[in-house]
Amino acid sequence: MSLAVFKRSAEASKQSTKTLSCDCGDNVPAAFARAARPRKPLIARVDWRGAVLPIAAIAIWWAISEAHVVKSGLLVSPAQVLATASQQIVSGALFKALSASLAREASGFVIGTLGGLLLGSALGFSRLATRMIGPSFDTFKQISLFAWIPLISVWFGLGDAAKVVFLSLAALLPVAAHTCDGIHAVPRAYIEVARAFRYSRWQLIRAVILPAALPSIFTGLYLALIYSWLATLGAEYLLVAGSGIGNTLIDGSEQFRMDLVLFGVVVVGVTGWALNALARAVERAMFARRSEAAAR
Amino acid sequence: MTSSTLSDSIDILHVSKRYARQDGTPLAVLDDISLRVRPGEFVSVLGSSGCGKSTLLRLIAGLDTDYNGEIVVAGDKVRDTSLERGIVFQDHRLFPWLTASQNVLAALRNAPLSAKQKRDAVAQHIALVGLNGFEHAYPHQLSGGMAQRVAIARGLVNRPRVLLLDEPFSALDALTRGRLQDELQRIWEHEGITMILVTHDVDEALYLGDRVVTMAPRPGRIKRIVDVALPRPRDRNDPRFIRLREEVLADFAGHEDDTPHGGTRIPIVNPPITEWRLAW
Repeated sequence: MSLAVFKRSAEASKQSTKTLSCDCGDNVPAAFARAARPRKPLIARVDWRGAVLPIAAIAIWWAISEAHVVKSGLLVSPAQVLATASQQIVSGALFKALSASLAREASGFVIGTLGGLLLGSALGFSRLATRMIGPSFDTFKQISLFAWIPLISVWFGLGDAAKVVFLSLAALLPVAAHTCDGIHAVPRAYIEVARAFRYSRWQLIRAVILPAALPSIFTGLYLALIYSWLATLGAEYLLVAGSGIGNTLIDGSEQFRMDLVLFGVVVVGVTGWALNALARAVERAMFARRSEAAAR
Repeated sequence: MTSSTLSDSIDILHVSKRYARQDGTPLAVLDDISLRVRPGEFVSVLGSSGCGKSTLLRLIAGLDTDYNGEIVVAGDKVRDTSLERGIVFQDHRLFPWLTASQNVLAALRNAPLSAKQKRDAVAQHIALVGLNGFEHAYPHQLSGGMAQRVAIARGLVNRPRVLLLDEPFSALDALTRGRLQDELQRIWEHEGITMILVTHDVDEALYLGDRVVTMAPRPGRIKRIVDVALPRPRDRNDPRFIRLREEVLADFAGHEDDTPHGGTRIPIVNPPITEWRLAW
């Protein structure tokens, strides 16, 4: 504990030197100097305290199933889940299901994102579009995605087309909303600077508004990636046809194979985590230099 | 030469500006301002917050053209912004996604120069404000004073006839402010351009200005124009300087009730309170 406290206060004092530093060339602000410091190795950077809870849960689960406290086919042991996992991996079933799901996720994400960027920029830039589409869009946002499932299944069936439509919808909403918000939230101060330098309309959009809105747009993309993954599961669960990791879950539940269900849940969680990590890494690479707050 | 320099002056003729208040009644911000700024002159516009001095500067810059009266710069009426008039804002307003030199370069986007000439101009102006070695630093990596130096370089890089400064040093600490005032004076002497500095700091106004225009609030109007006939660089402890400062301050003392303190100028930053969290 005392170590952690010390670390924190050291950081605080570092920050205070940064704010106090005068700007006589040789006195480099802390942030600029920090960029040159070598990074710690990966092992040391990971905070292992986050692993405590999952490990404890698995230990308790394992203890209960070993002690045979609950006599039921619905409680499977970790070993059984592991066995199912290896069987699913070796047989190629996992690969087939996961690749089908990810392909859907990717196509839905791409279509939805493109649509969202178009719609969002229209709402952001055009007053006419805001007046005409804005109210409908705001209403549309409030409708739960799952309410569209009956319509989609009637129009597009239960196959891949229907699922991709559903996923695109899930990705479109956050991208459109954040693109529009990002464009609207560009500080007037920046626009005045552009006016002072006689930027044309196009220069203003390209060199000021888009870069200023980019963090918000990226938040939209990030949410779209997560939402469309969540929606992938929803689509596979509600539009039951074809293969996918959601179908693996359904199969497990229909056959009372809790090992398969638990395995599916783990795969879904790990995939979601990986997508999240990927998006974070991209975000960091894009905005790390721009501001420290965004890099955290 | 004389005729061209004469026409380089800034003439502010009977300028008035009103804002529409929420209830529809107009609020007079500036009332019949007339002022002639000579070419190459350094004029300080001094007033408390809310006296319309920043509004006046925005009118000269061309950022706001909705006013009565005329502002003529170098023989032409101000209708819009111009690269002939550089501006430095109170908050540095650098684009956070660009480095220091890219921010300066951004001002040259519409300058009639080749790519190489632009690069040279940027390097030259980064050097002018003493920021060699920080060309590739992002604004968040710079201290407040350094960021404001970049903003000054950006304001000057188009080689404007006039540099307008809107309380450029008011958000800086006293030590940095003093140093940047000396810098600005050096740049002004070096470049030989006209500068109009808006400030609420009596000391700063007298230290830098050939003339100090004091303004009274509600509606904003010129109260007095003080000639500062002291040799440069000025000594703040010079008895004549002190006497001038007393005089100007006395001018304002009578109107203390008029001046709404804590106006809208300086945003108070409340950092999020996260320190209560336990370290373990």
